[in-house]
Amino acid sequence: MLTMPVPDEDKIRRRAAIAAALRAIVPGEGVIEAPVEMRAFETDGLTAYRQLPLVVVLPETTEQVSAVLKYAHDNGIKVVPRGAGTSLSGGALPLADGILLGMAKFNRVLDIDYANRCAVVQPGVTNLAITRAVEHRGFYYAPDPSSQIACTIGGNVAENSGGVHCLKYGLTANNVLGIEMVLVTGEVIRLGGKHLDSEGYDLLGVMTGSEGLLGVVTEVTVRILQKPETARAVLVGFPSSEDAGQCVADVISAGIIPGGMEMMDRPAIHAAEDFVHADYPLDVEALLIVELDGPQVEVDHLIERVSEIAQANKAATLRISTSEEERLLFWAGRKAAFPAVGRISPDYICMDGTIPRKRLPEVLQGMAELSRLHRLRVANVFHAGDGNLHPLILFDANDADELDRAEQFGADILRLCVKVGGVLTGEHGVGIEKRDLMPEMFTEGDLAQQMRVKCAFDGKGLLNPGKVFPTLHRCAELGRVHVKAGQLPFADIPRF
Amino acid sequence: MSAVLKPASIAELAEMIAAADVPLEVIGTGSKRHLGRPVQAAASLDMSGFTGVIAYEPEELILDVAAGTPLADVESMLGQRGQQLAFEPPDWSALLGGTGSGTVGGLVACNLSGPRRLKAGAARDHVLGIHGVTGAGDLFKAGARVVKNVTGYDMPKLLTGSHGTLAALTSVILKVLPAPETEETVALTGFDDAQAVDAMSLAMQSACEVSGAAYVPGEAVYLRLEGIAPSVSYRRDLLGKVLKRPIEVMAARSSAARWKAIRDAAMFAENPRHPLWRISVAPSAAPGIIRRLKDRLDIRYLFDWAGGLIWLEVPPSPDASEALVRASFASGHATLIRAPEATRAAVDVFQPQAPALAALSGRVKEAFDPRHILNPGRMYRGI
Repeated sequence: MLTMPVPDEDKIRRRAAIAAALRAIVPGEGVIEAPVEMRAFETDGLTAYRQLPLVVVLPETTEQVSAVLKYAHDNGIKVVPRGAGTSLSGGALPLADGILLGMAKFNRVLDIDYANRCAVVQPGVTNLAITRAVEHRGFYYAPDPSSQIACTIGGNVAENSGGVHCLKYGLTANNVLGIEMVLVTGEVIRLGGKHLDSEGYDLLGVMTGSEGLLGVVTEVTVRILQKPETARAVLVGFPSSEDAGQCVADVISAGIIPGGMEMMDRPAIHAAEDFVHADYPLDVEALLIVELDGPQVEVDHLIERVSEIAQANKAATLRISTSEEERLLFWAGRKAAFPAVGRISPDYICMDGTIPRKRLPEVLQGMAELSRLHRLRVANVFHAGDGNLHPLILFDANDADELDRAEQFGADILRLCVKVGGVLTGEHGVGIEKRDLMPEMFTEGDLAQQMRVKCAFDGKGLLNPGKVFPTLHRCAELGRVHVKAGQLPFADIPRF
Repeated sequence: MSAVLKPASIAELAEMIAAADVPLEVIGTGSKRHLGRPVQAAASLDMSGFTGVIAYEPEELILDVAAGTPLADVESMLGQRGQQLAFEPPDWSALLGGTGSGTVGGLVACNLSGPRRLKAGAARDHVLGIHGVTGAGDLFKAGARVVKNVTGYDMPKLLTGSHGTLAALTSVILKVLPAPETEETVALTGFDDAQAVDAMSLAMQSACEVSGAAYVPGEAVYLRLEGIAPSVSYRRDLLGKVLKRPIEVMAARSSAARWKAIRDAAMFAENPRHPLWRISVAPSAAPGIIRRLKDRLDIRYLFDWAGGLIWLEVPPSPDASEALVRASFASGHATLIRAPEATRAAVDVFQPQAPALAALSGRVKEAFDPRHILNPGRMYRGI
C-alpha cells in the first residue's frame, strides 16, 4: 500500500475553526464538515484508497476560490482540488489535514464563439457537455476520455486527459487555448485566451497535466472542431500480436493517421464478446479496430488501403463497417471492455503505460510472464496508434494479499514499459498510483528540476502534496542542492 | 562579445555553465539572434557542436535529434520518408538578416510555427521530450520517445518558447507526421479586411479541413487544402458551396510557393528598416485592429491563421510605434519581430504581463537559472 504524508494533528484539532473561517468565505451549504456528508468525497476513480478530508469547500466564484486559497496559504493548510473525482490515479484523494476544494459548482458554459471556433466554460462543466452545447452546429470538443459523461474539463486540464482519438486530434493540452487560474497565494492570472500561443513562458502547457499541484483552474477556453463528415471502421483479427503490431506500423508508414486505432488481446476480446456480443472473432490473438474519419470519399479510399495493409499482415478475419450501426457495433465491445472485465473478476485495476509500439510483442510476452509470477490474470486494451497500453489486472480486493499482488504486478508492468523506452502514464496521470515509480523514469536531478517548477508556483508545498513526487522537499533545500551531473544527496530524506 | 564557449559534450556543457560567472548568449547558428531583446552577455555559448540524429523512427512518428542540427537537414531527411514537422517551421532568415533556417534547438527555443499552426498546432504541440542543462549547470531530461505521455510536468512545453532563458537544450524529441500527398489552394479576391476574415471563418467552420487560411490585402484570401487527391478535390468543391462565391484554384506547385512566402512573411523582407510586429489575437478581432492602426500609421499587413495572426509592418521610429500597437487590441499578444537593436533594448519586445503573472515568470526563471546566466533579458527585463 502507498503511504501519504503524516497528517498535521494541529490542523485536525482546529477543524471547527478552519470550517468557520471557510464559511465566512463560502456561506451556507458550501462548506461541509460532517463526516457522513464528506463520505462522498473520500475517494476518486482509484477506489482502493479512501480518506476523509479535513473539511470540504464548494466555492461558486473565482473570488471565493481566491479567498479560500489565500486563507489556506496564510495559515499553512494543505488543499486538494477536485473536479468530478474520476481520476484513475488517485489525484483527488483527500488528505486528513487538508481542505478538499471541490469545483463542481463551476458548471456554466460562458461563451460559445463559432466565429473563433472556441468555447469558454467553467471548469466543472463535463467534457461531454461541451460537445452537447455545440453539436447542433456540427461542432464537438475532440478529447474524449472514456469517463467523458462525468469528468469535468477542469479535471481534464489537471490531468491532460486523452481518449481514443488523440493520435489524430491531440490530448487536452493540444485543445485548450486558455485558462483563468488561481495561484495558491490567491492571485488570479490568465494564461492564453481565444488567441494562439503564449506571450512568455508556456505556463499553460505546464499547468495542463500538473495534477492539481500548481494552481486551481477557474475558467477554460477550448478549441471546438467541426465534426468529421463521416466515419467508418475496419475490424481485423490477427493470429498474433506481432502481426497486429506490424499492421499498425504499416498503416502509419503509409502516411495514414486514423481517427482511432485500438487493439485488444485474447482475454479482452473474449470478455468483451461474452458481454456485448459484438460478433468478435474468438480464435484470434489480437483484434484491431481502425477507424477513419473525414469526408466520405477520403474515408472510402483510406479504408481500402488499410484493409490491404491488414491482409498483407496475415489478417485472419476482416470486416469493414457498411453502416453506422455496424461501426458502432465494432466499437461496442471495445467500449465495454472495462465493465466486461468487471464481470469476470470481482475487481480490476487499469494500468496506463505508453511504449514504443514496436516493442509491443515483447511487452505482452513480459506481461504474460508477470501474470504467472503474480498469479493474477491480465487483459489488455491498447490505444495502438499512440502506444498507450491499458492492462487490466484482475483481482479480488477483499483478499488483502491479492490487492498487494495486483499492485506489485501493476508496478512491474510499468517498470517494463519504462525499460523498453516507454513511460509510466499516457493519460491517467501519476497521482498517488505511480508516484513511487517516478524514479524508474527520472533521475533525482530530473525530479528535482520538476520540483523547482512546483516551488515557483507553490513555495510552501500546500497544493495536493503527496501526489506525483515520491519525496517531499522544502523549496529552500532544492534551491541549495544544485549538484553537477544530476547526482543529488537526497539519501537522508525519508520516502513515504 | 568576446569569448566563445563551444562544448563538445553534455558533461562539458554542464561544467561550462556551472563555472560561468558571466552571462552567456546561447547560440546555434545565430539565425534568430536578433529576435528578442538584446542580451547583455560577456560570452556566447555555441551549441553547434551538438549535431546529428539520435533516433528517427518514422513508423513510431518520433525524431530524437541533437539541438544544434540544422533544421534544413532534418526537413530533408523527413521528406525522404514522406514525413514532416506538421507545424510548418518558418525560415525567417530573410526577415532577420540571417543565413539559413537555423537549428532545431533554435526553432524549439523560439516556438515558431507557420500557417498550418491553426490546424496542426504549434511547435510546442510537437515537442515530446528534451534533454538539457539548466542555468544552474544541472543536467535534466523530460518526456520520452513516445507520442503520448503525461508523466510529470510537461517540461518540454515549458522549455519550448523560453528563448534560451531557462536551459541550454542539447537534444529534443519531436513528433513527426506524414506529409500530405498533395495540396491545392483556393484563392478568393475582391474582399476588404472584414469580409476576408468572415470568409476564412466560414471556411474554418466547415468540414473542409482547411490547413492554411491567409489574407494578403489587395491580393487574395488563400485557403489551403491538403490530403489525398480525391479528398482535396471533394473539399475544394465543398468550399465553393460554403463560400457561395466563384473560386480560383492554384495547383500544388504554385500553392506550395505561395504558402512558403506566407510562412516566411517574405513580403516584409524588402523593407528591412521597418519595424515588424506579429500580433496573436482572436481572429474576429483582426479587422478592427487594422482599422484603428490605419488611421494613425502608414502600415502594411498580412493576416495568417484565419486572422488570428497579424503581421504588421510600421514606419521606422525609435519606439516601433509600440504604444499604438499595444493599444490596438484588448486581449492577445504582440511581439516585435524586427527592429534595430536600440529599439529592441528600449521597448518591450514581448507582451508585458500583469504583475502576478510577471512575478510567476520570474520565479520560473529562478527555478532554472538562479544566477541569471542564460540569455538574461532576452524575453523580459530581469528574465
